[in-house]
Amino acid sequence: MINGISINYYLLLSAVLFIIGAVGVMARRNSIIIFMCIELMLNAVNLLLVAFSTLHADANGQVFVFFIMAVAAAEVAVGLAILSMIYRNVKTIDTDVLSNLKN
Amino acid sequence: MIKLIGLVPLFPLIGFLINGFFGKKMSKGLSGIIASVSILASFVLSVLIFVELNGSENKSHIVNLFSWINSGSLIIPFELLVDPLSSLFLLIITGIGFLIHVYSTGYMHDDEGFSRFFTYLNLFIFFMLLLVLGNNYLIMFVGWEGVGLCSYLLIGFWFKNTAYNNAARKAFVMNRIGDLGFLLGIILVFVTFGSISYNEIFAKAGTVSTSTITCIALLLFVGAMGKSAQIPLYTWLPDAMAGPTPVSALIHAATMVTAGIYMIVRSNIFYSISEVAADTVAIVGVITALFAATIGLFQNDIKKILAYSTVSQLGLMFLGLGVGAYSSSVFHVTTHAFFKALLFLGAGSVIHAMGGEQDIRKMGGLSGKIKITFITMMLGTIAISGLPPFSGFFSKDEILAHTYEHNKVLWILGMITSMLTAFYVFRLIFLTFFGKFRGTHEQEHHLHESPPSMTFPLIVLAILSVVGGALGLPEFWHMPNWMANNLETVIIRKNPSTLSHDTEWSLMIIAVLGAAATIYAAYAIYRQRHIIPLNEGDKMPALQKTIYNKYYVDEIYDAVIRKPLDILSEAFHKFFDIQIIDGLVNGVGAAVKGLGSGIRLIQTGNIGFYIISMVIGIVFILLLTFLI
Repeated sequence: MINGISINYYLLLSAVLFIIGAVGVMARRNSIIIFMCIELMLNAVNLLLVAFSTLHADANGQVFVFFIMAVAAAEVAVGLAILSMIYRNVKTIDTDVLSNLKN
Repeated sequence: MIKLIGLVPLFPLIGFLINGFFGKKMSKGLSGIIASVSILASFVLSVLIFVELNGSENKSHIVNLFSWINSGSLIIPFELLVDPLSSLFLLIITGIGFLIHVYSTGYMHDDEGFSRFFTYLNLFIFFMLLLVLGNNYLIMFVGWEGVGLCSYLLIGFWFKNTAYNNAARKAFVMNRIGDLGFLLGIILVFVTFGSISYNEIFAKAGTVSTSTITCIALLLFVGAMGKSAQIPLYTWLPDAMAGPTPVSALIHAATMVTAGIYMIVRSNIFYSISEVAADTVAIVGVITALFAATIGLFQNDIKKILAYSTVSQLGLMFLGLGVGAYSSSVFHVTTHAFFKALLFLGAGSVIHAMGGEQDIRKMGGLSGKIKITFITMMLGTIAISGLPPFSGFFSKDEILAHTYEHNKVLWILGMITSMLTAFYVFRLIFLTFFGKFRGTHEQEHHLHESPPSMTFPLIVLAILSVVGGALGLPEFWHMPNWMANNLETVIIRKNPSTLSHDTEWSLMIIAVLGAAATIYAAYAIYRQRHIIPLNEGDKMPALQKTIYNKYYVDEIYDAVIRKPLDILSEAFHKFFDIQIIDGLVNGVGAAVKGLGSGIRLIQTGNIGFYIISMVIGIVFILLLTFLI
């Protein structure tokens, strides 16, 4: 129990968040949306880590979360830069259109 | 001064590097001077070392230059050995080498590859010096391979001519066969003695079983066969005429072919222990001597005659080695170096005067036109024929006297050889220098004596050919035999002559009479009756035709060795190369290509599809982890 809420709810919430993220990544074609969905998946995992960290009174999990946030921030910066460059060059960020590697 | 021995091979190396890198930018004169001076410096140093060695008590100096190979139990320092044998060879190589360099500056003057020529010559001398100076078989082997390489480069010097290139390749391959034997010999020496330094090996030679020694000696002799042109590996030497004439002189007199003799004299202890090996050497030597001498009888190319004469003389030297007359053979190497270099350079001068003509049937009557060449060549001819008191007489006589003591049959064969030698060299002289001129008008008009740079070496060599015999006067004349005394420390087991003075006198007289008789025969045929050898297409008696065509040895080698090899290679090419190797390589390629074109379809380029595949994959892996 954390603050009177059962751990199961935390698990359920993060699972739902993760699945929303995963489905979004798979289903959407807009690169920015896909990107946001990836962030959603990361944060679902973060939530899980923090929940278990509190449950077991172990700070390691929270340390991990800080790392993940830092790395994710860097990743976002790079990713958005790539996306803006792609947009500048091909005037679109639709993943179906971005299939030059195929040929 | 002996400590400076490392400089002797260094000078030609420096000359080689300078000419090799900057030769094209230098004038011809400078290029020739650098090459000649580098050899002259070596020669001067060699003389100083020789004098110092003669005066010192210790006759064997080992100079360690640097540690060369140092790997576990294999320790080979780069040591040079200065002893009477190597210092004598130093003098021959650098002395005659220098004269040949000087001669070349005149002979090659109009050649476009002038500096390239001197580059090769210097490298040749460098490797030859390394060969004789090394204190172990490995250094000798390095030099051995090096002179093989340089002879290839020099024989094929005029590389635009395919026939010359083939001659060069032939020399290389023939030498390679011999080299393999030599290399195996060295390996066997190392396995047997655990060392390849001369002093260590020779000290232990008596403790090893005779059969091992025989193996070593025979393998080393295979190497000598290749380098010193003995049957069955002699065919490259006559073809080596393709190179410029100074090269022939260098290969035949000062370097290369003497390497085999040097190696056997150096390893004399093996041949003294193993009678089988010594007898093999003697028999191969005498057969080669006789065989080549008969071929020489009917050749018409001035250089070919001299080439076969070299093969024949080398055979005599090996006969001497085989019967244990090591110092006599070295003596003959020395005198032979004088007169053979002289004859070749003289022939070069004749060819120069004739504007490139080498066929003695088209010469004649040159004696008045090119006096210096004529006189010097005449002296060389008398020396090689073995008439006293010229140098060839003493050295040949010494070998034959030892042979007589050893085996009468070998002596008779050796005697016939030396008589034939006298015949064909005088045939050359009579056809070239006497009678009427048989060439074209332009050639007759063009006839002229060579420049001083070419006649000077001829004169020096002629003097040496005349007086060279003084190096080894017969002992029964109660004169000091300098050669034998000098080499005393090198020859480990001596084989002193036990012949009575009467026998020696009669042997000497027989030799002189024999030579005189054949010279008279040559005189009668080619001078008095003016017989000119038959032309190419004319009908000849069967025996003469066989000999004229060199016993068809090249053709036999061609049919027995080259053709079957060709057929075998062709078969291997068709079956093994095309079917198996090519099939394997192409098969692998085709398989990868096929697989790729199948899997390629998965790469749709659609990111959504990739991500779905990834998720399915992850789910699948997770399921697997839970289920197992």
